[in-house]
Amino acid sequence: MSEPIYRADVLVCAGTSCESSGARSVLAALTEELAKTGLDQEVRIIETGCRGFCSMGPVMIIYPEGVFYCQVKADDVPEIVEETLLKGRIVQRLVFTETESQMTVPYYEDIPFYQKQQRVTLHNCGVIDPTNIDEYIARGGYEALGKALGEMSPQQVIDEVKTSGLRGRGGAGFLTGLKWEFTAKAAGNPKYVVCNADEGDPGAFMDRSLIEGDPHTLLEGMAICGYAVGASDGYVYCRAEYPLAIKHLKIAIEQAEAYGLLGDNVFGTDFSFHVHIKEGAGAFVCGEETALLASIEGRRGEPRPRPPFPAVSGLWAKPTNLNNVKSYANVPQIILRGAEWFSKIGAERSPGTAIFALTGKVLHTGLIEVPMGITLREIIYDIGGGVEGGKKFKAVQTGGPLGGCLPEEQLDLKVDFDSLRQAGAVMGSGGMIVVDEDTCMVEFSKYFLTFATAESCGKCVPCRMGGRRMLELLTKITEGKGTLEDIDEIDSIAAGMAAGSLCSLGQLTPGPILSTLRYFRDEFVAHVTEGRCPAKQCTALVQYYVNPETCKGCGICARNCPVNVIEGGRRQIHIINQDGCIKCGTCLEVCPFDSILKVSGETVEVPTELIPIGTWAK
Amino acid sequence: MPKVKSLDELRKLRDQVKDDISTRIETGTTIIVGMGTCGIAAGARETMHAIMQELESRQINAHVRTVGCIGMCSREPLVDIEQAGKPRVTYGNVYPDMVPRLIEEHLKNGHVVDEWVVGRKTTDDIGL
Repeated sequence: MSEPIYRADVLVCAGTSCESSGARSVLAALTEELAKTGLDQEVRIIETGCRGFCSMGPVMIIYPEGVFYCQVKADDVPEIVEETLLKGRIVQRLVFTETESQMTVPYYEDIPFYQKQQRVTLHNCGVIDPTNIDEYIARGGYEALGKALGEMSPQQVIDEVKTSGLRGRGGAGFLTGLKWEFTAKAAGNPKYVVCNADEGDPGAFMDRSLIEGDPHTLLEGMAICGYAVGASDGYVYCRAEYPLAIKHLKIAIEQAEAYGLLGDNVFGTDFSFHVHIKEGAGAFVCGEETALLASIEGRRGEPRPRPPFPAVSGLWAKPTNLNNVKSYANVPQIILRGAEWFSKIGAERSPGTAIFALTGKVLHTGLIEVPMGITLREIIYDIGGGVEGGKKFKAVQTGGPLGGCLPEEQLDLKVDFDSLRQAGAVMGSGGMIVVDEDTCMVEFSKYFLTFATAESCGKCVPCRMGGRRMLELLTKITEGKGTLEDIDEIDSIAAGMAAGSLCSLGQLTPGPILSTLRYFRDEFVAHVTEGRCPAKQCTALVQYYVNPETCKGCGICARNCPVNVIEGGRRQIHIINQDGCIKCGTCLEVCPFDSILKVSGETVEVPTELIPIGTWAK
Repeated sequence: MPKVKSLDELRKLRDQVKDDISTRIETGTTIIVGMGTCGIAAGARETMHAIMQELESRQINAHVRTVGCIGMCSREPLVDIEQAGKPRVTYGNVYPDMVPRLIEEHLKNGHVVDEWVVGRKTTDDIGL
């Protein structure tokens, strides 16, 4: 029998996020149901990479209609097959519903989450089957490599990338084309092309999604770079914690070599390019370029002073071009569509798009790609759907644990490499965490500092000692024992770390604290001078009281208190013994009359002995 | 697997494999088959299979979509042909043996098969 002719494709996201929310069982149910209904010869299932809309996962798109279903469970599959695939009707309850208007949005292209996005780097993610090179080729894949090899000289390739204005997507924003030129011009042989896929920031997953969903784009970009700088070997340094990304990358390399699009004599020319995968063991510092190179060589992952930069002396002391996943992934389209096309996207000095992992207290979390120059407000409110639960926005942290926090006043800031840096944050890896009014900014910066301190490799003193010392000071402040001098000392240590650390891990570790001090200094001051935590989050600075005016004497709080420090009999005003209270907040949760007060920095007058309800007078 | 030796060969390969993702690519033509219970009972699935076979053998790029019942159950199987910039034409009682002529006349030659038509919709009618 001949190949089946398919009239519909069902694209099921099988990225790590959707997989963990149950995409596997959906796929199994779908396969079974299609076989049962005899539709398996006309409807095809495709496992794709990430669509970005992770909060709504597992997601599914049915083509040609473009129907988008969210949070699909295996139990929903029979209905989808019967209604949509057989009868062409939309299953309304699985369609995305806009929170504000309660309107249902059945078609992928109409969903607000996607409307302000511009998918350039991720244009294949979620659209093609990442384990099938033919689908990549059908979308124009490897044409850029063919064009570069056949019609352009290495210098022309470099010039094209330079003219496009592409800046390094690893976060620092150095001109990619210029970096390539340095490596191309450096003396020494052989040369290497290395890809940094050691995405270690908590909450960042754009590199992972890109490799999982469209591995060939990365390989093609690296091969073009290899041709431009004169390298015939490339290394992808990818975290071992990304098994699916590594699996897809391996399949992709195999398939590309079978077609002669990688390996020896690419496109039948003299150019050969072999890609190797090096699995990292998960040390955060290995995302730093010199530490990463040391790790590939089999040495301990520690940074070394620069210069010499890797372009001059990198892997095995040979000229090495090192870029982030997203930088390479942008290259094929620049070669194919031209530098001018690319330079017109986004902001003037930061052309192209930016990919963010939007997380935290925002309604729609996920992976988004937006043109540079979009405002934070558009990202958080139009794409992210605003702050969860109608709470008030407080801050957005960009650039991961080494980034910075920006307050509400900065929401209209246009996002690009330079504007973020000016405001005290960084583009960094592209993490974006939104926090609401219930977050204590001191505690929040302490969280990032704890991460960065634990990941310090310990080689240089400013990073090793500075981080630990700042952490001690911050802990002191959150415990209500801080002084104003402590805040000054943090300022001074931060400046020392930024100036004196060996690599950007140490240099940027103070970032979250410095930006928080810049925009939320009053919160720090409230902690040390008033013993008050404005967000009521620092355990040492909050107290719980029974409101004597509204207590009904039901005893629910007393029965649920895990340390038995609430006194009171039936119809008596209950009293929390402050000395023994562990501030777990259980009473607040269980009180049916909202009669538990949570305060910070203020005292509440309560009875000193047990009295009947309704008899309380100050 | 043969090695790709030049950009031309890659482009040839691209054209071959393009059909693999044809449903995900824009085409100017959509054929819509009524697939409510009435349509299925009247043989709409056989008609749809015939349409897919015919499109494949003639190498025509078109999306085949299914829709629910539009109420004209007596004329099922109903088949609509929608082409960019032209009115959407609805054909009634379309059985597999009628499909080759329908595709030949409507899609290849650009003539509507008037005797089978039950209705036409311009883009204005559907509020676009």
